[in-house]
Amino acid sequence: MHAPLIIFFVLAAMCIVGALSLIIQRHPIHSALSLIVVMVALAGLYLLMGAEFVAAVQIIVYGGAIMVLFVFVIMLLNAGLEERTNLSKLAGFAGIPLAVALTGLLAAAVARSEDAVQAATQTGATAPTKALANLLFQDFVYPFELTSFLILVAILGAIVLAAPRGES
Amino acid sequence: MVPTHYYVILSAILFGLGVVAFIFKRNIITIFMSIELMLNAVNLAFVAFSQVWHRLDGQVFVLFVIVVAAAEAAVGLGIIIMITRNRQTLNVERVDLLKL
Repeated sequence: MHAPLIIFFVLAAMCIVGALSLIIQRHPIHSALSLIVVMVALAGLYLLMGAEFVAAVQIIVYGGAIMVLFVFVIMLLNAGLEERTNLSKLAGFAGIPLAVALTGLLAAAVARSEDAVQAATQTGATAPTKALANLLFQDFVYPFELTSFLILVAILGAIVLAAPRGES
Repeated sequence: MVPTHYYVILSAILFGLGVVAFIFKRNIITIFMSIELMLNAVNLAFVAFSQVWHRLDGQVFVLFVIVVAAAEAAVGLGIIIMITRNRQTLNVERVDLLKL
């Protein structure tokens, strides 16, 4: 077993343990910290695949900005332990098997479709960030500009939603 | 080289765990985090396929998904703050009235 495979399995185990911990933990702040573990491990997987820029963006935007926002809101709202409510009977019996079935179907479908793709596989040049920048700012320049507009609208929306009501 | 279907299967597992968290959790913030988990799983599949095809379009899509997730987090957390201010609870099962 060579090194990349070992690194893959370590990072994959980190991802899965983090995601399980997200489900099991009952305090939202613990769930948020578990999700940060998943995101950092995913950034490691992107590095393993040679997608350096995506890995950096994953750490900076997801691990940095978005998760800090989550933790900030959890602390702002002073979220406590999750209350336990009784699940419906159907969810108790069928929930876990159905979730496992969904995961298996997804994995089988996508992994089998990859057989056809395998023919195109060869070890070649990994993705250099320069080529990514060329693609992003030439072919995808209009979607890119649109995303900046989307961010602007989202900021305005967040301010309108979360701002304290003036006079009332 | 790690075989691509390993990445794809990991992505499916993460997506499934995200669905489970989305269905089983009762805290509105945790439900929101499980959506982020599902988005991350899809991103992993995007990068894996972009590596197979030696085309960078997949990575560009990942960047767009991250941007949309950031916008979604900003607006969604604003909505959560509003809900909590009005209802004094984070439990989705107690948010069941259209009008107070």
